[in-house]
Amino acid sequence: MNKYTERLYNGIIKENPTFVLMLGMCPTLAVTTAAMNGLGMGLSTTLVLVFSNLLISAFRKVIPDGVRMPAFIVIVASLVTVVEFLMKAYTPDLATQLGVYIPLIVVNCIILGRAESYASKNAVMPSVFDGIGMGLGFTFGLTCIGIIREILGAGQIFGVQALSLEWFTPITIFVMAPGAFLVLAFLVAVMNIVREKMEAKGKPLAAPSGCLTGDCAHCGQSAMCTGKKSE
Amino acid sequence: MSDLFHVSSSPHVRSKDTSSRIMFYVVLALMPTTLFGVYNFGYRALILILVTIASCVATEWIFEKIVHKKSTINDFSAVVTGLLLALNLPATLPWWEAALGGVFAIAIVKMMFGGLGQNFMNPALGARCFLLIAFAADMTKFAIDDYTGATPLAAMRGGEAVNAMDMLIGKTAGTIGETSAIAILIGAILLILLGVIDLRIPGTYIVTFVVFLVIFGGHGFDWNYITAQLCGGGLMLGAFFMATDYVTSPITPNGRILFGICLGVLTGLFRMYGANAEGVSFAIILSNLLVPMIEKITIPRAFGLVKEAKKHE
Repeated sequence: MNKYTERLYNGIIKENPTFVLMLGMCPTLAVTTAAMNGLGMGLSTTLVLVFSNLLISAFRKVIPDGVRMPAFIVIVASLVTVVEFLMKAYTPDLATQLGVYIPLIVVNCIILGRAESYASKNAVMPSVFDGIGMGLGFTFGLTCIGIIREILGAGQIFGVQALSLEWFTPITIFVMAPGAFLVLAFLVAVMNIVREKMEAKGKPLAAPSGCLTGDCAHCGQSAMCTGKKSE
Repeated sequence: MSDLFHVSSSPHVRSKDTSSRIMFYVVLALMPTTLFGVYNFGYRALILILVTIASCVATEWIFEKIVHKKSTINDFSAVVTGLLLALNLPATLPWWEAALGGVFAIAIVKMMFGGLGQNFMNPALGARCFLLIAFAADMTKFAIDDYTGATPLAAMRGGEAVNAMDMLIGKTAGTIGETSAIAILIGAILLILLGVIDLRIPGTYIVTFVVFLVIFGGHGFDWNYITAQLCGGGLMLGAFFMATDYVTSPITPNGRILFGICLGVLTGLFRMYGANAEGVSFAIILSNLLVPMIEKITIPRAFGLVKEAKKHE
């Protein structure tokens, strides 16, 4: 596996932002009432993430360390503004559905998290692939939750009536706030079972990866890391 | 016979009460209500009761098989949960929705948090609220003798007069177990005489609620109105059978009184100012969440201990 596909695999499966890192919970819970919303939210976040990783990685040697946070925010906010205007122009329905959560991509933990822990320390191309991987992982998570909530709460998949209302009574709680928590908790539990199974088989999903400095004491991901050096 | 004294560590006095015995008493006390519900709403009520009980017991058994735990279905608590859940449902509810409620009650509200003794919320009421939000239309469709009508509480909210005597006996629309105040009271007296529940929670609950009604109800001290509010909806069933659940109510004596006051005020608020005519189940599960805090502030002082004097600066 070369380092680019490794980044993709890392973002989508191993460190999936929704099910493993538990980042970006606010849009995850709020907009996934339907699969389409989850997909739209995921893809627009991916777009912002790829370009912010690209720019931040390219400028990483220019940005002074002391003001890196404001600098990252300016870059991310400009990109989000672009994406927001694009969505309002070309997908107005989706833009209305997602509402305030599009501008809120600026403060999404995944984007700042990747900027801080990966893009600001690595070369441009790996950072771009890291953005694609993390973005697709986020999209995958949101779409999964969206599909489950939509089919249980409305009997639809991507807006198409899959279960006939003649015999299926929609369980409306699943398109409301409590449903988001129930579905997310269930999926995270499934993910943990899979991970334990893999570890029991000797193929740990969360092997030490993306270890940047070897300095475990100051690593932001040390809580999740299984390859920690004992002190 | 040995001359030695038999030495052992405490406890030295053991009661014969076991979980299953207490659960059996509760089932026994619920029988008048159940029988009246079946008499009032016909065979559909009976089927619904059997479906929820079967669903609760089966869920507990399957869950414990999956997670490799010792089966606890012999303690009858799943039967009580199923029965209480059914008594909180309208008889016309489709059976699969009731079965789903049973699964939710046991798998999510009870077993996920560690099983009997660990759940922070009454499983039957948690499932009722889940169903109320999930199937709002089916859960508020009340029919009696094939005639669909408003519950007495909803009618009162609409400003209509209701017959408090009918509500006392129970020939009204509502969920299976809530209509007859007399049947519930027979069971409640049985539980009190057997020492299964004490009067602190239901007593303070009802008194607080009546005081709240007199002050904020808008009818002043009107006996007919107060009786109708007390007998209408799930108040009686909730006060005697669900608020007194051992697991989800405070264990301290003063805590129980505080818990009852919380219940009364919340129920009054929901009924007077809420969007629905009924609010007992939401009041009880909200108060369930307050229980750890209530217990914390009402720990009784051990004999001989004095309050720590305030430190002088």
